[in-house]
Amino acid sequence: MSTSTIILAVCLGLVAGVMSGLLGVGGGILFVPLLVVLGLGQVEAAATSLLAIIPTAAVGALRQARYGNLRVRPALVIGVASIVGVEIGVRVATSIPEDVLRRLFGALLVAVAVQLAWRARSQKASYPRSK
Amino acid sequence: MRLVAIGLVAGLFSALFGVGGGIVIVPLLLGVAAFGAREAAATSLGAIVVTATAGVALYALHDKVDPGYAALVGVPAVAGALIGTSAQQRISTRTLTVVFAVFLALVGVWLLVG
Repeated sequence: MSTSTIILAVCLGLVAGVMSGLLGVGGGILFVPLLVVLGLGQVEAAATSLLAIIPTAAVGALRQARYGNLRVRPALVIGVASIVGVEIGVRVATSIPEDVLRRLFGALLVAVAVQLAWRARSQKASYPRSK
Repeated sequence: MRLVAIGLVAGLFSALFGVGGGIVIVPLLLGVAAFGAREAAATSLGAIVVTATAGVALYALHDKVDPGYAALVGVPAVAGALIGTSAQQRISTRTLTVVFAVFLALVGVWLLVG
């Protein structure tokens, strides 16, 4: 890893964090393309993004718990149930061609963009965006 | 039972795309589990910690996780998220949301056709 790659990764990581805090979109949607630009394959980018997400989500969850917004039992039920979905997802991601997965991710980004634009359009600054 | 279904879908999404799953969890908590917006966002974050940990563990078995890169982007992102969250209380994010949506759409199209 060259020095310029490291500096680029740190700067873009910081920007991704600011955007996720500001707009309430998860870090992963930004980490994955960022990691692809840095040279990882689509599956490696997804896997590595998941590790990078953990500290941000944990810090966010702890902050929200202090405000009394976190409902622990439902969070645990969803989290534990998700493991089955994760198992299937990992199997699918590692067995389909990477360029198919990359295109699916591209389509996901476009869908999220449309959703965000829709939200901005119908937003009167009253919708809490504390994700 | 609804929460279990939400978890299954979110887990699949999360592992497939490397995202936390909040894109799926938040709207479903609002829509089918009668959560308020703040509770949904907060509860989603809690669930994501478990989901992402499971994803990392399973991907690690396939040797797909790069801890060096994860630290390079993940650690600055925590600092960034703290800055972003506190700035969110003070500024209007509407224009920024539109700019960001356009940016995401462009990256999406690049990945689709590239």
